[in-house]
This record gives sequence, C-alpha cells and structure tokens, in this order.
Amino acid sequence: MHKLYTFLKYTFITLWTVFIVAPFLWAISTSFKDFQSVNSKVTYIPWLDFEPTLEGWRVLVKSPARGGVDIVEPYFNSIFVTCTASLISIILGTLAAYALSRFTFKAGFVRNNDITFFFISQRIMPPIVLSIPFFIFLSTIGLLDSLLGLIVVYIVLLMPIAVWIMVDFFNRVPKELDETALIDGCNPYQAFYKVVLPNSIPGLIVAGMFCIIFGWIDFFFAFILTFTEVQLLPVKVVALNSSITPWWSLSASALISVAPLIIVAFVVERYLSKGNLSGALK
Amino acid sequence: MNFKHKFVFLFPGLFVLIGILIFPIIFTIRLSLSGWNSYTPEMNFIGITNYIRLFTDDPRFWESFFRLSFLSVTTVILQYVIGFALALMVWREIKFKRFFRVIFLIPMMTTPVIMTVIWRTFFHESLGPVNDLLGNIGVKPILWLSDPVIAKFTVIIVEVWQWTPFMFLLLLAGLLSLPKEPFLAAAIDGASPFRKFVYVTFPLMAPISIGAIIIRLIEASKIMDTVFVLTSGGPGTATETSSFYIYIKGLREFQMGYAATLSFTYLVIMIISLTIIAKVLTKLMIKE
Repeated sequence: MHKLYTFLKYTFITLWTVFIVAPFLWAISTSFKDFQSVNSKVTYIPWLDFEPTLEGWRVLVKSPARGGVDIVEPYFNSIFVTCTASLISIILGTLAAYALSRFTFKAGFVRNNDITFFFISQRIMPPIVLSIPFFIFLSTIGLLDSLLGLIVVYIVLLMPIAVWIMVDFFNRVPKELDETALIDGCNPYQAFYKVVLPNSIPGLIVAGMFCIIFGWIDFFFAFILTFTEVQLLPVKVVALNSSITPWWSLSASALISVAPLIIVAFVVERYLSKGNLSGALK
Repeated sequence: MNFKHKFVFLFPGLFVLIGILIFPIIFTIRLSLSGWNSYTPEMNFIGITNYIRLFTDDPRFWESFFRLSFLSVTTVILQYVIGFALALMVWREIKFKRFFRVIFLIPMMTTPVIMTVIWRTFFHESLGPVNDLLGNIGVKPILWLSDPVIAKFTVIIVEVWQWTPFMFLLLLAGLLSLPKEPFLAAAIDGASPFRKFVYVTFPLMAPISIGAIIIRLIEASKIMDTVFVLTSGGPGTATETSSFYIYIKGLREFQMGYAATLSFTYLVIMIISLTIIAKVLTKLMIKE
C-alpha cells in the first residue's frame, strides 16, 4: 500500500514536471532553428534533427532598420514601468494596510473590512472594462502612449495586491510591538518606521515580488494604451506573432522575456523553505 | 492614540486609488447611457436603450458569459485539485524537495501572453510537436485550435499550466503554517494517511482553500490574454469570453456606448456572483 502510494506520487510529480518544462524545451530548441527546420517537418534535437543557427538570437539586438527586432528598449521600458509602479504601490499600500490593521475606521456603515474589501475588489475589474475609459482619460491629460501614463494605470493594478498581503501580515505582527515603542516615547510615525517596518521585511518582500510579477506579466493595458512612442516587452513579442511568424526569433525573445522572473521562483522557494512566507501569505 | 494619525496612514493610498478610478467608473456609467459609436462619436443621451438591447437582443453576450463561467470554474477546480495534490506531495520530506518546489512555481512567473505565443507553436496542427509525437504512436492529428470543442480544452490546458503554481504556492504556504499538535494527535491514534487528510489536514486548510479559490476565481474570470493570442475567440465564437466580446464591441467595432453597458453589467454580475460563491464555499467547507 505504502509502496504503491510512493510510486504514484513520484509518477505524478515526474509527469507534472515534464508538462511544466515541455514548452520551455520546445522554445529553446526552436530558437536555434532556421526557416527550413521549422517548416519542412517537426524537429527537436539540434545537430541530430537540424543544423542549429544563432540567427533567432542575433535578430534581437539588431536595429530595426537592418531587419532586426530590437527588444532592448522595450525591455528597459518594462523594467522601469514595473519597478516604479511596484515601488509606489508598495509604499502607499503598506501605509494603508498599517492603518487598516491597527486603527478603527468608522464612517456611516463603512468599517475597516469594507475599506480593505474596496482595495482588494479592484482586482475584480477585467482590464478591458478599465481600458476604454483609461484610454480617454489618459488622452485628455496627454499621457497616452507614455511611460508615466502606464505607471498610473499599473498602480491601480498593483496596490490591491500590496494591501491584501500587508494587511494580513500586519495582523500577524503583535500589537505590543508598537505599543512598547509608543510608551518609550516614539510618535506613531517613528513607531511605524523604526519598529514595525524592520519587523515586516518578509511581508514587504513577498508583497514586492507579487507586485513585480503582476506588473511584469500585464499585456492588455500596455497593448491598448501605448502605440509607437513607448512599447513594453509583451506587446513587442506578441507583435512578432503575425501571419508569417518567425518562430526562431519569437522563441528567443519569449525566452529572454520570461528569464528574469524565473529568479523570483528561487527567491520565493527560499522564503517558503525557511518558513517566512507562511505567515505572509495566509 | 491620537485621532488624526490614522488618516495620515490611510489616505494617501486610498485617495490615489479613488483619484485614478473615479473618472473611469463615472465615465463608464455615463457612456453606457449613450449611443457613442463610429458614426456618432459623441456623448448623447439615449437612456437605457443599450441595457434593453443587452437584456432582450444579445444572446452572444450571455453565451460568452456562460462560456467564461464554464472555463473559469473548470480551470479553478483543476488548479485546486492539482495544486493541493502537489503541495501535499512536497510538503513533507521527499527527494529533491526544493528542486520540485522551484519547478512547480515557475509557470506563474512567466508572462501569460508570451507563453501563449509559445503554446500556439506547441499546439500547431501540422508543425507542432504535440501532433507530431502523437502521430508517431498512430494518433491522427488533433485540431487543437480549430475544433470548437477541443479549442476550449486547449485554453483550459494553457490556463492550468499557467496558474496551478499560484494555487500551489498559496496552499503550500498554508500547509507550512499549520500547527503541529493535531497531526501528532492523529499519529498517536494511528490514523491512516487517508483519514488524516480527511479529518485533520483538509478541515484545517478549509479557510486557506476558500481564500485561494476566491482569489483564483477573480483572476480566472479575467481570462483574456490566453484567448487573445491562442484562438482570438475562435473558431467562430467557440472560445470567446466576456472580456473578449467587450473588446470586440468596444475597440474593434467602436460601439463604445454599448461596450460600456456590457462592462458595467458584467461588473455588477461578477461582484454579486463572487460574493455568493464566497458565502456558499464558506458554508460547504467549514462545517459546524
């Protein structure tokens, strides 16, 4: 019985691992192919099935004038927008979460939980619902097709995540901590800054990682709200997916776009194994 | 503690959010009462004409809504079952535990729309590896993207690949934070692994499960990127979800007024149904 269970367990884990890795392996293999080895028949292993070429990767750094794709600028745009929006969301979200966790708010029938729900409920809105009014809003204030405009929109996307994680986290930080600090003569801001924040690093890291993930993977807002001046990475990669698709440069650019966040998986796992995450993510 | 400090903490975030959102929301409601389209691009007032059209004369929206319900409920159930199974498997000591944990997390770190581009080549009906490998064992080519029924399952496969890790992460974090005592008690009583799961692990995990399922349902109801790249709602309207239908009406056909009506109705339905689902799940999973 026990043997059978162990066997089934490892079979399942192995199959799932294969399922997860398969598209990556396919993309890696495809990124070294040329027109012939993509379009004649399905090929898998370089040298054995086809003659590998670096063309798919070389195109990525060539200027568009010389037939390249140039994903360098979209890459930095994406990093800039994601990091700025995440930072602002974390700062504002953490402050709000602290208030919601420590103080009591009362306005008519509105209580703390309702305010928290208001923050989190912004995630319910599908991008399409917001993108039409945002399109008109941003063009009115002249921020359409600009990095700043995207950052404004991404704050709406990311702040709910920061509030969600940080409220839960602060609820777990003992209240005595700030009370002691207040008795010792700190004002509420010092108590927050000097005592509570240093004890909230794991929560902040988790919230930060989630903001970065959800900022980095957004496609739709960038797709609707920017055109030529500013391009983000996902839009650029998807633009390659036209009628005659160059599978090799498509695969190469896809791999290079998902690479940086895979590091995040290692960080998350580290925190998970050390037990710091369980408190922050419940 | 002094009364005003709490507002200093809360208000920056709250007002930034409200400040950014207030215009879009009021604008959407106002727009939904207008006949703004490509012939008359102006904010006229036509009352609830759009709403009447939606409720009496637009089966395509309701079809897309039920399709969305089917897709998101199916994917979330699959994600929950698989995610929970995976979390249980790497919860205790197994060989290469940390390696598997990292692997299981990776898909959620990748951009859905970019991975979907890869999936599209993966499921390509004549040049993709899936049909090729299946062909080697004598299976006829499967129409992954152009058969109305199979295309739905292709979308489900991609969504499950993408988002099971999120479920896995939330559930594993929950499992790791469980108290040890109930498990010790069960071990002393000599409970079998199966009984341990049913009577100890599952009840303890119920609140976390509900939270994870609700979060995933919220996110899954926005399925858009995958459909947009993988099938463009096709073949026909076989994989068209509500978001995608609103996109077609609003930004392809430029019936802005009508699209706003759809958006607003859709939001109201989503908020009501998610609240009901949360209540029902709480009742079902937390007994006594």
